[in-house]
Amino acid sequence: MKKMTTALTAGALAFMPLAAFAEDSTDPIVIPIHNWSSQIVMSNVVGQILESRGNNVEFVTTDSQAVYESVRLGDVTLEMEVWEGAFGASFRAAMEKGGIVDVGDHDAVTREDWWYPMWTKEACPGLPAWEALNACAAIFATAETGDKGRYLDGPVDWLKHGQERVAALGMDFVVVNAGSAAALWAEIGAAEAEKKPIVVFNWTPNFAEAVWPGEFVEFPEWVDGCDKDPAVGPNPDALYDCGNPATGYMKKAAWEGMEAKWPGAYAVLEKISFTNPQIAQMAKLVDIDEMEPNEAAEEWLANNKEIWEPWVK
Amino acid sequence: MSDAATSVPSAGGNLTRKQAALGLVCFSVLLTALQYAGLLPAWLHRLPETAVPNFALWLDAIFNFVKDDMGLLTLTRFLTGGLEWLLDASGNIFFGKRRWPNVGPIPWTALAAVAAVIGYYLGGWRLALLGGGTLVWTALIGQWEIAMQTMSVLAIAAPLAFVIGLSLGIAAWKYAWVDFVIKPVLSVLQTLPFFTYLLPAVIFFKVGPTAGAVATTIYAIPPMILMTTLGLQKVSPEVVEAGKMSGCSKFQMLRHVYLPSARTEILVGVNQVIMLCLAMVVLTAFIGMPGLGAKLLAMMGSFKLGRSFEIGVTIVLLAVMLDRMSKAWVVKQPEHFERGTPWWKRHQMLLLGAGLFVGFTLLSLVLPIAAEIGRKQDFSQGRELDAMIKGFLAIESVQAVTGFLRAFLNVKVLIPFRDFMLSLPTPAMIALVVAFAMALAGRKQALYALIFFSLVALSGWWDRAIITLYSVVSAVTLAALIGLPIAIVAARSQKWSVRVLLICDTAQTFPSFVYLIPAIMLFGITDIAVIFSILIFAMVPLMRYTIEGLRTVPPEMTEAADMSGATRMQKLWNVQLPLALPTMAIGFNQAIMFAFFMVIIAAFIGTQDLGQELQRTLAGTDLGKNFVLGICVSLMALTFDLTIMKWAADKKRALGLP
Repeated sequence: MKKMTTALTAGALAFMPLAAFAEDSTDPIVIPIHNWSSQIVMSNVVGQILESRGNNVEFVTTDSQAVYESVRLGDVTLEMEVWEGAFGASFRAAMEKGGIVDVGDHDAVTREDWWYPMWTKEACPGLPAWEALNACAAIFATAETGDKGRYLDGPVDWLKHGQERVAALGMDFVVVNAGSAAALWAEIGAAEAEKKPIVVFNWTPNFAEAVWPGEFVEFPEWVDGCDKDPAVGPNPDALYDCGNPATGYMKKAAWEGMEAKWPGAYAVLEKISFTNPQIAQMAKLVDIDEMEPNEAAEEWLANNKEIWEPWVK
Repeated sequence: MSDAATSVPSAGGNLTRKQAALGLVCFSVLLTALQYAGLLPAWLHRLPETAVPNFALWLDAIFNFVKDDMGLLTLTRFLTGGLEWLLDASGNIFFGKRRWPNVGPIPWTALAAVAAVIGYYLGGWRLALLGGGTLVWTALIGQWEIAMQTMSVLAIAAPLAFVIGLSLGIAAWKYAWVDFVIKPVLSVLQTLPFFTYLLPAVIFFKVGPTAGAVATTIYAIPPMILMTTLGLQKVSPEVVEAGKMSGCSKFQMLRHVYLPSARTEILVGVNQVIMLCLAMVVLTAFIGMPGLGAKLLAMMGSFKLGRSFEIGVTIVLLAVMLDRMSKAWVVKQPEHFERGTPWWKRHQMLLLGAGLFVGFTLLSLVLPIAAEIGRKQDFSQGRELDAMIKGFLAIESVQAVTGFLRAFLNVKVLIPFRDFMLSLPTPAMIALVVAFAMALAGRKQALYALIFFSLVALSGWWDRAIITLYSVVSAVTLAALIGLPIAIVAARSQKWSVRVLLICDTAQTFPSFVYLIPAIMLFGITDIAVIFSILIFAMVPLMRYTIEGLRTVPPEMTEAADMSGATRMQKLWNVQLPLALPTMAIGFNQAIMFAFFMVIIAAFIGTQDLGQELQRTLAGTDLGKNFVLGICVSLMALTFDLTIMKWAADKKRALGLP
């Protein structure tokens, strides 16, 4: 596999005349688009920035997990949002196989944990402490869980260890895995109608913050090694007895041949870094103001020249 | 040989088959009883981990060998280049992608006018309205560009599927060995879950429209092959004689004798190709298909029900339009004109279409709105629809019903049933399936059932396979309980049959993703939501074939029943249903196949079955595992397919039906 990517890179290099080495190839830079708004707008923003400096850009819709294989093969040039929690595993697996490079972190931090919409607090006033949540477990019960509460975890492939945490902290909850982000939203949307208390897996930055105000449950603070050493955390005999890290990374990744083929664009990509409020703003343009992603990107670029122009220089 | 044994079922042969089936059932009851009594050794309950061969690892090795060492990747990537060129060109024409020939995009008004003219040519005013109306709706609702992105890929994928399918169909008709090789491959292809095509398509054909086009093509080929072979086999010997007598060469025979005679079947194949292509619009968005599907996924990701619903409507309209037009084409016979008819008269429709096309294209140069409708000028009702859907869910009686269903159906029926199926020892479950195949079909099918289910057990995914099977069985049972009575009542009158069939068509082409969300909102992330979404899909073929079966009962039979003074119920139970049963069985079989397809998609709701594991392999590192899981689903589906189809064929022959 490694041999093939090297061959591909070598091939790509051989096609370029030496004199043009400092200049970017005219081949399109392929940017992947997934199914959540902030990523779509951010990709459009970056695409338009690159176009403004003369690059050829094309977008392709892909699955957010399967994309890493495509980046490795060079079919997709870069990836703007690599979340530590959701895609860290796929990203690391692709890194091990080779062909993909880490182009640095955004300023934005990500947090993924148990979360509830604000109306839940009325039924369970002690929140956001996890002990309080456990004390009112019964109000989260459903027909299937009996008198235990139900916690709706993310899809299994996100590896969130909800089950382990419930066991480690001795909580009265049953963990149910949703199959997709859309399924999570549907449950929150259904609960909203009658303001039913609900506790689900959620993350930030995310469009949901604007639609349903809410808070993360405060678990025992994350300590390094909580997932590897049972002694760490409140329960001396169990792993995963802490909350998730409140500051996960969000990385940019690129195909390993990108630097050689589009050195200028690669340099820009290295400098690009968004913050949480900027990402929330981009998502809002599409989710709340109902703009098309490319219009939203234009609007964002027009209003935030001071942020992105230094990246291009 | 087995054919001969079953077509003339002697009393003795039949009895031993039933006895064997009964014996197998007893065997599994015994094993289960032992299990419940705690006497069964663990290795008989489930295959021990150590005995499971590592198929995934072997497959990975084979896959890597074929891909890199045998150079398959180089070949497919070379083909991708050509395909990409085609897609770029059609992309330019349909939605103005900046590629050669740099003429597009075609203005929406021009395309809508041409669609109306084609509709008029094929089926008069009604089809003209459908063709033009669909495209006008698409433009006004603000989906023109994404719809054209979809069409630009389908415009390449569908003809490709047609050409490949036709060639393979001709080859299979001409050479018996091709037929022999193709048949099993087609069966597996038709039952393989979609997630299994996904990764290979991405690796070999590059993420993007190319992979989307390839996956669509592969999915759409099988019916084209089958229909071509069927059509060619039916060509009457007189026609062939006539061709031979006029001294046709081999190629001339094919071109001027066989293919025109098989026109109807081939066009039915074309219709199937188009419908299957449209069915893939949303699923292929996972691997880079642009357009409606991608937008739908993005809309669902941000909980915009109204707008995803509108996209669903567009897909249905496009499907209905293409379906009706291609069916009208099947019926329409070639026109013949008197000698000396002027050229313009023979081609007046072509001229009208071309004229309107040029006219609207020129108009759009001066009137921008005729060329493109922007996002701010459309009539999308997304927000209002959102409010309506949420309002409906908040109605108290709706909530009471869903609450009851959850408390009763889920807790009292479904979950105990699942736990029971999981508690059965592996050999007992296999014995039950083999008994089913034996009783319905025969020894050959029973042997297949034994081999297929043993392979599933060997794969090491038994528990998940059983949960998959449980969802399928529950959904199909419920679908039969709801769908059959409706179909039986509808079949009484022509008017209601047509209406119900139209609803079936719509439900089938409406992207299944769209009803996943309401299912969750109604029932939460539970087994009911999963089964509900499968049920909608599985009910369609059940109802379609039941109506078809009941309405094609020979009138002599029902008249005879009337004359002997049968009541309506007696007539239904003793005459119509028994005669319609073989056709209904085909519907039942289709329902099971659809259920196996949909149960994997339902992983997006949240399941613990094979679909969930398949979804997990999408990250692209576990190709071997992905394949093993896919084959497990395929093997289970094939067992049912072989058994029920054999039973239906036997029954038809026994009843003397065509």
